[in-house]
Amino acid sequence: MKILIIGGGMGGTILANNLARRLAAEIRSRKVQLTMLTASDKHMYQPGLLYLAFGRMTPDELYRDQASLLEPGIELQVDPVETFELDKNQVKTKGGKTHAYDILVIATGSRPVPEMIPGLAENAEQFYTEESALKMFRSLQAFQGGRVVIAMGVPHKCPMAPLEITFMLHDYFKDRGIRDKVQLHYTYPVGRVHSLENVAKWAQPEFDRLGITYETLFNMKEVDGKNKVVRSEEGTETKYDLLITIPVHKGMEVIEKNKLGQGGFIPTNKTKLTMEGHSNVYVIGDTTNIPISKAGSTAHYQAETLGENIAAIVKLGQPVREHDGKVFCFIECGKDRATYAMFNYTNPPDPKPPSRAIHWFKMAYNKLYWTSARGLL
Amino acid sequence: MAERIIIDARGSFCPGPLMELIARLKYGAVGEEFEVLSSDKGSANDIPEWLHKVGHEFLGTREEAGVWHIALRKTK
Repeated sequence: MKILIIGGGMGGTILANNLARRLAAEIRSRKVQLTMLTASDKHMYQPGLLYLAFGRMTPDELYRDQASLLEPGIELQVDPVETFELDKNQVKTKGGKTHAYDILVIATGSRPVPEMIPGLAENAEQFYTEESALKMFRSLQAFQGGRVVIAMGVPHKCPMAPLEITFMLHDYFKDRGIRDKVQLHYTYPVGRVHSLENVAKWAQPEFDRLGITYETLFNMKEVDGKNKVVRSEEGTETKYDLLITIPVHKGMEVIEKNKLGQGGFIPTNKTKLTMEGHSNVYVIGDTTNIPISKAGSTAHYQAETLGENIAAIVKLGQPVREHDGKVFCFIECGKDRATYAMFNYTNPPDPKPPSRAIHWFKMAYNKLYWTSARGLL
Repeated sequence: MAERIIIDARGSFCPGPLMELIARLKYGAVGEEFEVLSSDKGSANDIPEWLHKVGHEFLGTREEAGVWHIALRKTK
């Protein structure tokens, strides 16, 4: 049986390692062939970009060689897919190879596309790539005071990022001794300060306590860099001296080009994790169109369910469980306090008051991530 | 009449039904109708409120077995 995983991000890597362990005997006896096709020989710890923007991590801390993260039974090829031929159970790569499969897993992720909003890419800072996070760090260092506006695109990766960046900006300017010269203004697309009701109930009084102003039902329409104004779809506008954005995201271009899903997000069954209309094609992580957080944690738990199910298909001929939509997200609440939100398809989160202990656990997780990617944690 | 595009956001705590709608509307054509399925009764208020503010047409809400169906037309 040929199992083909497309994508070497968090979901693809955890799944590959999970399967390599569960199917070690089958791989050794060549009953199973497990192959990963990916676009890069490097693996990035994406949550580290938030810290890069504040000078609290350096770029070298974000990367490991992809090959070093994988179990020996996995065949890694750094050769991205260009064409999906799902009717023939095969894909074609940039390098000109054709890979047939019995089971295909698509875990290609998502990408920030600030250019979808006129004026945003040229006038806003963001931290979703190494280059942009370093640029944001330099802009923050040079900033001496004024109005900082935080604005989101929809959908975006990491739903906690808007809150995290805002709380961290508060502490950053406080530490520099210029918080009284900075007005922090937070905007959010829906009618409360976070999509999760319980998180919003906790965050709004925190904003009030810290003197952070906020405006809800604000969806960016355009940025007027000349007049330093962001205008919303709702007809309002707000002025800024420094604009920080969580940009709108799309799925990867190859998904759009192959017409697998609108915006690059593939229609996916939320409990089976199968691509709609294809029983041997699975989708995990940001690539799905499941109405769930686009986050590494989402991909992590989906990969664990899918690892169990694909191994069961090999050994028993059928999957053994449905995915419950579990997500666990840390929420940094400044430079030294954090909380978390844990929820699934049926149980909402109930975040606890922030503490130093959870912040230090998050700091530890920044290092433990590599263990997690190897499928050990 | 063209078929309504269903946005099944049942069980979506995060990003939630309204955020799902905002994301999906970006790819819709003017005149297209959508129906959001939500298991959160709050959607019956916050989605029409947003539609009114942005200027899309709210076509109505109905509740069936704990699921709210909110219909709308993209107008711009």
